[in-house]
Amino acid sequence: MSKNLSTFLAGVRRTSPLTLGVTPFGLICGAVCVNAGMPEWGAIGMSTIIFAGASQLVATQLMAENASVAVVIMTGLIINMRMFMYSASLAPHFNGLHPVKKGLLAYMLTDQAYAISIARYGEPESDVINKPLFYFGSAITMWTCFNITTVLGAYLGAFIPPQWNLGFAIPLTFIAVVIPAVKDRPSVFAAVVAGLVAFFANPLPYNLGLMVAAVTGIAAGYALERRQAND
Amino acid sequence: MIDMNTYWPIILTLGIGTFLIRFSFILIMDKLTIPDAVHKMLRFIPASVLTALIVPSVLLHKNGITSFAGWEQPIAALVAVVVAWKTKNILATIGVGMLTLWGMQAVM
Repeated sequence: MSKNLSTFLAGVRRTSPLTLGVTPFGLICGAVCVNAGMPEWGAIGMSTIIFAGASQLVATQLMAENASVAVVIMTGLIINMRMFMYSASLAPHFNGLHPVKKGLLAYMLTDQAYAISIARYGEPESDVINKPLFYFGSAITMWTCFNITTVLGAYLGAFIPPQWNLGFAIPLTFIAVVIPAVKDRPSVFAAVVAGLVAFFANPLPYNLGLMVAAVTGIAAGYALERRQAND
Repeated sequence: MIDMNTYWPIILTLGIGTFLIRFSFILIMDKLTIPDAVHKMLRFIPASVLTALIVPSVLLHKNGITSFAGWEQPIAALVAVVVAWKTKNILATIGVGMLTLWGMQAVM
């Protein structure tokens, strides 16, 4: 097997357990959109065009409440602002790639593909693998799963009992990814501060609390790391 | 619900806007020199952003108004944290977390 193929497959393999957490996400996105009165293909088109579940759920809810177009768009984009940070974090690993390829990789950027790839890049011997290809394996796995489950959710969503609380699998996925990633004091501190701020800043409009919490967490982790370096 | 003539322009605008957010730094980083401090901050992005996504969704219940979600979810999340810490296994973390939630709902 060629080295590139095995790198791609490693990305697929590492990401495959996460499909368990994305399946409910896709199902819910498809189901909520159809329940709000859209045809099935409207829900499916939403997932392929936007491909960002959290913002889709909020946008759908706002549209169902007949919010103004500007509010739907602004809110959806603010929720996705966190991907500016993922983009900045991944960018050094995609240096020199053709812009069209970069565009394809960017379109498929998700929380999960980002977290899995950046964890792999932080491991020893990460420089010997084709980094964009590993990410591509991870991202295409997420893309395929999310879009297939959106189709299923659009057609079958009405049959999923709400008391199963399938949506809880989404934060569980993030727990599974973030816990192994916090291995030193500054990153633990960053996580704790971000979590606290996210809780108390939650009432802020347009989900701005998420951005405030993320930025505060990053600053806290960085500040502690600098203090430790100075001691 | 809004009508289809408004739906598709909203979806397209959100899709293009989200793509530009994702593309931003990936496209231009080649041409920039990143200050050392920014490089060091990038390391804290996963821990900060993911935790900020987790905490409200576990603790709060949003249904028009925001309220405490009850103890089932925080306890199931804590169990999942322990499983993730001990096993580093994603499937086990999601599986045990969901089973704990369902178990708690059956008992409480």
